[in-house]
Amino acid sequence: MGRRIINRRPGKGGALFWGALPFLAVLVLYVTFSALRLAENPNDKLLPAFSTIADTVHRLAFVPDSRSGQVLLWADTASSLTRLGLGLLVSTVIGLVLGIGTGLIPYVRAGLSPFIAVLSLIPPMAVLPILFIVFGLDELSKVVLIVIGIAPFLVRDMAMRVEAIPSELVIKAQTLGANTWQIVTRLVLPSVWPKLMDSLRLSLGPAWLFLISAEAIAAQDGLGYRIFLVRRYLAMDVILPYVVWITLLAFCMDWALRYANRRLCPWLERGAS
Amino acid sequence: MSRVTVDNLWMEYGDQVVLERVNLDIPSGEFCALVGPSGCGKTTFLRLLLSMEAPTRGTIRVDGEKLSPEPGPDRGVVFQRYSAYPHLTVEENVILGLEFARAPLWGKLWGKAKRQAQDEVAAVIHAVGLDHAKSKYPAELSGGMQQRLSIAQALVRKPRILLMDEPFGALDPGTKAQMHDLVRDLWRAEKMTVFMVTHDIKEGFGLGTRVLAFDKVRVDPDEPQAYGATITLNLPLEDKAERAQVVQL
Repeated sequence: MGRRIINRRPGKGGALFWGALPFLAVLVLYVTFSALRLAENPNDKLLPAFSTIADTVHRLAFVPDSRSGQVLLWADTASSLTRLGLGLLVSTVIGLVLGIGTGLIPYVRAGLSPFIAVLSLIPPMAVLPILFIVFGLDELSKVVLIVIGIAPFLVRDMAMRVEAIPSELVIKAQTLGANTWQIVTRLVLPSVWPKLMDSLRLSLGPAWLFLISAEAIAAQDGLGYRIFLVRRYLAMDVILPYVVWITLLAFCMDWALRYANRRLCPWLERGAS
Repeated sequence: MSRVTVDNLWMEYGDQVVLERVNLDIPSGEFCALVGPSGCGKTTFLRLLLSMEAPTRGTIRVDGEKLSPEPGPDRGVVFQRYSAYPHLTVEENVILGLEFARAPLWGKLWGKAKRQAQDEVAAVIHAVGLDHAKSKYPAELSGGMQQRLSIAQALVRKPRILLMDEPFGALDPGTKAQMHDLVRDLWRAEKMTVFMVTHDIKEGFGLGTRVLAFDKVRVDPDEPQAYGATITLNLPLEDKAERAQVVQL
């Protein structure tokens, strides 16, 4: 008797094969259509051959730009990651401080939580012009856009996680003589830390979105700036590797956060029964 | 010394009366077992003793002084669930009470002070039989071991009153019997006043030196929330030898 399809599972090698299949399919499709288009028109720019892309990547990643003297890929990566990192850092700090405040302290909750609820409904892209006007066109406005985009989510998520701590644990801490600050350092922070890492992982997508949008609109460098700059020359040989590179960076950041979670919170892994 | 006196205590939520006319005078060291059907205010009474809530009317006094309006180290507690901190090992869970007292800023001890605290709690951890599990996390412990950890944790601050809300409700009979011996020994050694909610009447009579039964004496069938429960039986078990040894009458 054949089992139901919901009960059939791929083995280890099978999982690898099925996981790799969509990637391979996309690659094959690309190579095929690229070859077809180039056979018809050798100057086609839409689906450049891998050899063209490799030449471009070599130029971008290893040869200094003739005009600025910088190696473009690394310069763009450095400025984008600086903006992203600053934005994430500031958002995390705001998320932790305000989230724990609103989640734990009734007076802070009464004062701030309606305000944050309204703030989080403002579409960040809609206030981008205001940010450019107020903070100027350079770094600050881009960092602020990321913060406005993800901090309200982090604050509300952290507040919910703090409220979800069983009240028994908070009461017990008080019967052990803890003051409010000690409850924050010994109970609340360790309890919400893993959740913070998870929320940050979820925020990476929006953070990149806001970063690239801001760079596309006004910047002198950055990964998003480069993509939108070469768009006018239909330079797919630049855009495609940049997109792959951004995806790789995002993947590595996601992995690093997950790894940090496992290392810093050993109790999550042990005795997960 | 911790004589608990309750004077005409009422607890109401809106127009629902949960407890009414509760009067008690419990001598120091008494082991009170709170029994009665579910929904009869036993746990509410415990929450009031813990200052998790304030009574609508009446007062609770310990040695003649009004109960502090928030939980504090004078009253230890053991809950049925969520008893220990999941992110701390057994030893860290037990030391926590000392750390709160000695490290006001961060609530964490380091180096020599930490080693000294570890030596101090070794006796408590041994008393509850968890020496071999010191570095385990609560999720790695069985239900009985988790409750033993919770008791050790509560005892570190040497509370005068120990409150337990169905502490052994989720344990199997064999483990339960072990826990009874453990709690009886600790109570004798520390001479605390104990309030233990249980729905197991046999446990109540076996462990307690006084049984307090909660029930509703007045019921209005049209308006069941109009009357609350009160203490219908306040029975000191005077023939228990250990009562004379521990309780300060």
